Amino acid sequence: MTLRTVKLHDIANARSGDKQNRLNIALVCRDPAHYAAVAEQVTAGRVAEVFAARRPTRVVRYDLPLLAAFNFVLDDVLEGGVNASLGLDGHGKSLSFLLLDIEIAIETPVARLSQAGHRSA
Amino acid sequence: MTAKAYIGAGAGFAGDRTDAAGPVVRALARRDGPRFLMFEVLAERTLALSQLERRRDPQRGYNPAITRFLGPVLADCLRDRIRIVGNFGAANPRGAAEAILALAREQGLPAPRIAIVEGDDLAGKLSAAELAARESGSAILSAASDVIAANLYLGAGPIAQALNEGADIVVTGRVADSALALGPLMHAFGWAADDWDRLAAGTLAGHLLECGSQITGGYFADPPWKPVPGMADLGYPVAEIDADGGIVIGKPDKTGGRVDRQTVIEQLLYEIHDPSAYLAPDVVLDIGGVTVQEIGPDRVRVTGARGRPAPETLKATVCVDGGVLGEAEISYAGANAAGRAHLAATTVSERMARRAPGLVFRVDAIGAVSVLGAGDGSPQRAWPSDSSDIRLRFAAQSRDRAQVELLLDEVEALYCAGPAGGAGVRRHLTPRLASASCLIERRFATPRIVMLGAGA
Repeated sequence: MTLRTVKLHDIANARSGDKQNRLNIALVCRDPAHYAAVAEQVTAGRVAEVFAARRPTRVVRYDLPLLAAFNFVLDDVLEGGVNASLGLDGHGKSLSFLLLDIEIAIETPVARLSQAGHRSA
Repeated sequence: MTAKAYIGAGAGFAGDRTDAAGPVVRALARRDGPRFLMFEVLAERTLALSQLERRRDPQRGYNPAITRFLGPVLADCLRDRIRIVGNFGAANPRGAAEAILALAREQGLPAPRIAIVEGDDLAGKLSAAELAARESGSAILSAASDVIAANLYLGAGPIAQALNEGADIVVTGRVADSALALGPLMHAFGWAADDWDRLAAGTLAGHLLECGSQITGGYFADPPWKPVPGMADLGYPVAEIDADGGIVIGKPDKTGGRVDRQTVIEQLLYEIHDPSAYLAPDVVLDIGGVTVQEIGPDRVRVTGARGRPAPETLKATVCVDGGVLGEAEISYAGANAAGRAHLAATTVSERMARRAPGLVFRVDAIGAVSVLGAGDGSPQRAWPSDSSDIRLRFAAQSRDRAQVELLLDEVEALYCAGPAGGAGVRRHLTPRLASASCLIERRFATPRIVMLGAGA
C-alpha cells in the first residue's frame, strides 16, 4: 500500500442535476473501498471552494454509505437557473466534471489504479 | 395475484431518440404479466411553450413529436396489450389523444381506448397574486402580470384509475414524472394510497426510468474510465417490479449501453436533493436505505425504498414572460487570436457602457472560458492567452428587446470597426420564459378522466 495523489476523476463518477437555481452533484466511488478517503477529503467546504466563483449561499453534503456515494447540493449557483442564466450551461450539467478535476490522496495498491478504466471495479 | 409487472421507457425527454421504443416494446412483448410503455417528454418550460402555442392555435399545444414517438410502436402495443402512459398532453391532452386516434386510423388499426387526465391546469383557479403568495424559493411572480402557464404536478391516482377503467393509452398533462410508473404499478398490484413503502418503491422505479437511457449508459460515457458499448444503439430501460416493490432494471437484448451498479447509482441520485426526503405528490421517498446489486449481465436489483405520508401541498410550476435572450458570436483565429478577442470584448463593453449602461451582459471565450465562467460574467479561469481559435459569445436578457438588440448590433459592428480578422458573426434573439415553483393546497387539484376512442 502506498499513498498516492490522483484526480477524483480517476476513482469516482459524478452527475449534475438542476432544480431552479439549485445544483446537485452526485459523486459515486467506482470502488467502494475509496469511500472513506472521499468522505474525509471531499467535504462540503472543499466543494464550496471549487465553486466559489459562483458564490454558493449554502453547500450541503448528504452521505450514502450503502451506495458508496455522496450528494452535494449547492444553492444559488446557476445564475438564476436554466430560464434566467446568460451562460451556455444554464442547467449546470457540465459542472460535475469540474468537481472531478480536484485531487485526492488515496491509499491504494498501484495495480488497482491502472485498472481504473475497467467497469465493475 | 399478479407476480410481476414490467415497465419500459420509450423516451426520457421531449428531444429524445424516436426509434428507442421499438426494442423496448419487443422486449416487453416476450414477458408475461401487465406491461407498460412509459414516455416522459414534458420538461418544465416545455409546458409553457406549449401554452403559448395553444394560445396561437387552440388545436395545438401538445407534444408535436407524438406521432414520431408512437408511430413505430402503436400497432405492436395494441396487439400485445402493452399499455402506453405518457405526458404527451402538455397544454392540450385532448389534442394529443385526438392525434393518437388519427394515427391509429392512418395505420388501419382499431381505435384504441384513450384516457385523458385533466386537472393539472391552475388557470382560472388562482390569480397571479394568489400564485405569487404561494411562490417558493424565489420572487419572480410578484413582478409579473401575465401568467403564461400554471400547472400542478398531479400524482399517480388518476393514471391508476384510468388503467382500472380499461384504457389502452393514458395521456396526461403535468404529472410528477415518477407517477408515470407509479400509476401503472398501483393499477397492476392494487397498492393502497397509504401503502407508503410500496408507493415509495413505485416512485423510485419511476425516478429510475423517467430519463430513459440515462440509466442504461446514456449521459454516462467517459472512456476509458467509463466505457459504454454501442452508443449509437443504446437500449432503453425495462424494469420488472414485484408486488412488494422490488425492482430489477435491465435493457433489451442486442442493444447498446450498459446496466450496472455505476449507471444505476448515477441515475438514482439524479436531481435528488435530500436523499431522505424526495417529495412526490403521492409519497415522500427516502432512498437512504436503498441498495443496488448486480445480479446478472445488464441486470441490477434495486431494493430498500422507504416511504412516508405524502406532503400536504402540491408543487406547481408557474411560467411568466421572461423577455428576450440575445446572443451574438464572432471568431478570432491564428496569431494573437486571444489578444484581438480581448480587444473586441473590451471595445463592446466600452460602447455598451455608453449606449445601454443598465444592461447586464456576459462574454464567453468559447473553447477556452465558457461554461466554467462565473455567474457575474467574470471568467472563473484566466482569460486564455494561448488559444489560436477563439469564438467570443456575448449574451444579454431583458424585457426591453431594443436594449438587447443594441448589444447584438455592437457585436456585428466589430466586423469593420473591431480588431483585425473578426469572422463569422451570428446573432439570435430567443423569447424567454421565467419559471417559479409554488406550493399549492391539495384542494386545488381536481383531476378528472375523460375517455376517447373505443368504448367511450
